Amino acid sequence: MDQFTQLTVDALTLGSVYALIALGYTLVYGVLKLLNFAHGDVFMVGSFIGFGVLQELGGTSNPVVPVWALLVIVTFAAMAGCAALGVVIERFAYRPLRDAPRIAPLISALGVSFFLSNSMQLLFGADPRNYNTFDLSNGALYLKGFDIGNVRVPLLRIITIVSAFVLMIFLWFLVNRTRTGKAMRATSFDREAAAMMGINIDRVIVFTFVLGSALAGAAGVLFALRVPTTVSIGFVSGLKGFTAAVIGGIGSIPGAMAGGLILGFAESYTQGYVSTKWSDLVVFTILIAFMIFRPQGLLGRADIRKV
Amino acid sequence: MTDSTPHSSHTPATGPAVGQDEWVARHAARGLLPEGPLRRVEERLRVVPWWAWLVLFLATMSLLPVVESSGYVRRVGFDTVLYMLLALGLNIVVGWGGLLDLGYVAFYGIGAYAYAILDSDKFGIHLPTIVAVPLVVVIGAVAGFLVGLPSRRLTGDYLAIVTLFFLQLFQTVMTNGDSAFGHNLTGGPNGILNIDPLHLFGHDLTVQHQGVFAVSYFYVALAFFAVVYVALKFVNASRTGRAWRSLREDPLAAEAMGMPVNWLKLLSFSFGAAVAALTGTLFASLNVSVFPLTFYFVLLITVYTMVILGGSGSQPGVVAGALIISPLLEMLRDPGKSRVIFFAVLVGGIAVAARRSRALGITAAATLAFGFAAHEIARAIDSSWVSGERGGGFAGFVDHWVIHPAQLASWIPPVSYVGLIAATLGVTLLHGHRRLVALVPTLYLAAFVWENVMLSKPEPARYIVLGMILIALMILRPSGLLGERRVEIV
Amino acid sequence: MALLELDGVSLAFGGLRVVDGLDLRVEEGEIVSVIGPNGAGKTTLFNLITGIYRPEAGDIRLDGETIVGLEPHEICCRGISRTFQTLRLFLNMSVKENVMAAAYGHTKAGIFRSMLRTPGMRREEREIEALAEKRLAFFGDRLMGYRWDQPAFSLSYANRRRLEIARATATNPRLLLLDEPAAGMNPAETHEITELIGTLRTEGGYTILVIEHDMHVVEGISDRVVALDHGIKIAEGSFETVATNEKVVEAYLGLNTATTK
Repeated sequence: MDQFTQLTVDALTLGSVYALIALGYTLVYGVLKLLNFAHGDVFMVGSFIGFGVLQELGGTSNPVVPVWALLVIVTFAAMAGCAALGVVIERFAYRPLRDAPRIAPLISALGVSFFLSNSMQLLFGADPRNYNTFDLSNGALYLKGFDIGNVRVPLLRIITIVSAFVLMIFLWFLVNRTRTGKAMRATSFDREAAAMMGINIDRVIVFTFVLGSALAGAAGVLFALRVPTTVSIGFVSGLKGFTAAVIGGIGSIPGAMAGGLILGFAESYTQGYVSTKWSDLVVFTILIAFMIFRPQGLLGRADIRKV
Repeated sequence: MTDSTPHSSHTPATGPAVGQDEWVARHAARGLLPEGPLRRVEERLRVVPWWAWLVLFLATMSLLPVVESSGYVRRVGFDTVLYMLLALGLNIVVGWGGLLDLGYVAFYGIGAYAYAILDSDKFGIHLPTIVAVPLVVVIGAVAGFLVGLPSRRLTGDYLAIVTLFFLQLFQTVMTNGDSAFGHNLTGGPNGILNIDPLHLFGHDLTVQHQGVFAVSYFYVALAFFAVVYVALKFVNASRTGRAWRSLREDPLAAEAMGMPVNWLKLLSFSFGAAVAALTGTLFASLNVSVFPLTFYFVLLITVYTMVILGGSGSQPGVVAGALIISPLLEMLRDPGKSRVIFFAVLVGGIAVAARRSRALGITAAATLAFGFAAHEIARAIDSSWVSGERGGGFAGFVDHWVIHPAQLASWIPPVSYVGLIAATLGVTLLHGHRRLVALVPTLYLAAFVWENVMLSKPEPARYIVLGMILIALMILRPSGLLGERRVEIV
Repeated sequence: MALLELDGVSLAFGGLRVVDGLDLRVEEGEIVSVIGPNGAGKTTLFNLITGIYRPEAGDIRLDGETIVGLEPHEICCRGISRTFQTLRLFLNMSVKENVMAAAYGHTKAGIFRSMLRTPGMRREEREIEALAEKRLAFFGDRLMGYRWDQPAFSLSYANRRRLEIARATATNPRLLLLDEPAAGMNPAETHEITELIGTLRTEGGYTILVIEHDMHVVEGISDRVVALDHGIKIAEGSFETVATNEKVVEAYLGLNTATTK
């Protein structure tokens, strides 16, 4: 039972990060019908920005601001930096290809992903960067927490899960209750019609990238708080992220959240009960199963095309 | 454009008439080269049959080991042939079938590993080459079929995800295969070693012959290449090839015209995988060992860049792509050669562009002047700013122009690199005179970044070049060098 | 037994009934026109017959055998071919290749025989090419000679429509479904299409089901006319009968015109 609780907490933690990444994919796909392969590397850049800012603020052993402020500043810095990066990528690598056949921006995205991860390696090397979160307040984030049965849930995990959920709720609010969000949804249904209704498509798309990339940046920080980050995490995280988005239903925001959690649970339980090595296989099988039996994912719309 | 002949058409078609057939008129003039004496040469060359080109190409390639005795160069030549094979295989799936198979190199790995398992000390199996190679090809085909099976109803994006995940899966399985249910199946991260060499005509093809890379593997690879090229060309001209291309154009219409689209997708996956697996046997037998990390994302992007650069859908195109990229990547490993390549591309690019616009020629001269000026100013301010490594020859020559500090402060690489990217993107946003003016410091900055930041780290640097090529291709010339201009319904 | 029989065919997209309880018979050698305002379900009818959609209820039979549930390419091989309302040519393939491609269903050279270019395969290729040339010759000189090697995207609009018909006939069908073959054509071309459809029946022996809006064409070609509205058959009979039918006029022009004309 304890193992189950522990694994469930792991699942939630992992799943929240995946969900944040998946949201970025689903937002961009909804509006552009493009799978932004570079998104995973934006996530990676976010973790590095976080690291850089952290070091500037004195690092975890001697922060010049209180802990909570430190975390907030680092996260916001990563979100801002990634948002800027996302805007640049959209403007120069995807916008020229907006009317090209679908395969073109996909391949361009692959190129951007490759370019990003290798650029980071060029500039910062392949060594892992450790936030050393344990040094904060003498390990408070790890030692303090609350207990479920015999399992201690450290503060750090709670922060991760809660932050992720807060961001998701904020996003949901943004998309469903504001005018800009309405514009985003309209664009995702029919771009031309939306344009004819007076919606500035370019601005909507830029805004979407800002949102998605900012979430990826936040995810990067939340991720790196617990695990050292390297320049090569982008690929696999991105892959998992859009698998989550697809399982949940690409184009659907609650779907991305659900998909992220499902992925987190699948991985966590497989790693706990079977073996760490085969979790990829399990996830792959789940993905294939969805593709065969329910390609629109859990909450996605079935695509009805007029012939 | 209406085309109406109210009278019944008894007059035989005499060919395109002026004003009646705009497309023909436009396209009679199309070609790679602009008008001029070279164009006439090009038109003559167009009439040469394809097999003549192939024979000429093979003959030229065969001369490589004769002309070049350096083991290193021969090795690069061999790798290039492998890449050509891989490109041909990927062309079946992406170029003809229009399917974005991002797991393609996993089949290469499957072929290599299958051969390794069947012909090494790993399990003590040592199948004769003449059995092993075809068997591995069949295994590859089956693997392609199996991966294609759940994917056959998927469209572009979803197919891409599933196949990419398959690549990841292959990686994980191979890396963890050293403890699969208690058995060491794949050697894990340490791979499989001591793979048998190919055994043909009664001889083991040894890799090293008197300490130098043996030539026999090269010729075997060329032979495989020739056979695959011809076989695929024949297939492309047959009903299956037509069906694949119809599938790429419009799967719904293809299905309505009697072509079993799902089966054809499977077939193209399967064949691509078979070619990749065949290439895997060559790889494994020459390298004597296989490791999981070879068959991963980097290789995937490399092969894709070759296919796209050359022109997906065109066999000569993708071969050309491999011929360009493979040696390029290799040369970029060495700082000396990288430097030469950079400046050659820079000068060459400007020379080509300057033929169309003299303004660019002036820009080139301005950049030159700007550079020397900047260099002198920098030296005046602090001589250590320009006293970086002064090698002989070309490097020393360049050091008179580029600022090459003795010590590089740690903030310089990231700032200058990001600055270069910003400047380049900015240049694309400007037009006319402003663009040319902005180009001058940008080019100089590019040289600075190349010399100081990228040369010292050839590994990521050459992949950055690859990524840039891919992005630029998709935006500027998606049909590649030899691909046909395509009209797509979006 | 008619060549094509539809019995109570129904299909809904979500809450929208696109086709409702449709009965239809097409005898061999007939030319039947399907008319109706936009959204009446005409193209959906074609999609149902060719297997792109599957009916929720009812049966579709070709020559007495049900074809519901078959894949579109299987239905094509059974003898039903079509053109599309919005042209769907293989744009980057040549004119001749477009037509040759459609011969896939009734040819059999497999991939291995193709690789080796066996005599059997080469013979079949020559036959396919001859078939394509024959089908293209149907349109006079327009799609002949130098046109064969041009990519399909270089053709004019009217030629594209003709090419699509040529391609459809290359599958050697018994039943040809033409979806608005005269759409976008000028009067001269329209007249030509009208004659062409007749010739397709007399020389080609095809049974033809046509969706058309242009009543001149409908009048000129049809043995029988079927009128649809909102997925239901509202009239059937000769052109005169259907054209003057009250419900048909109402569907096209509104209740006012129907009751006052």
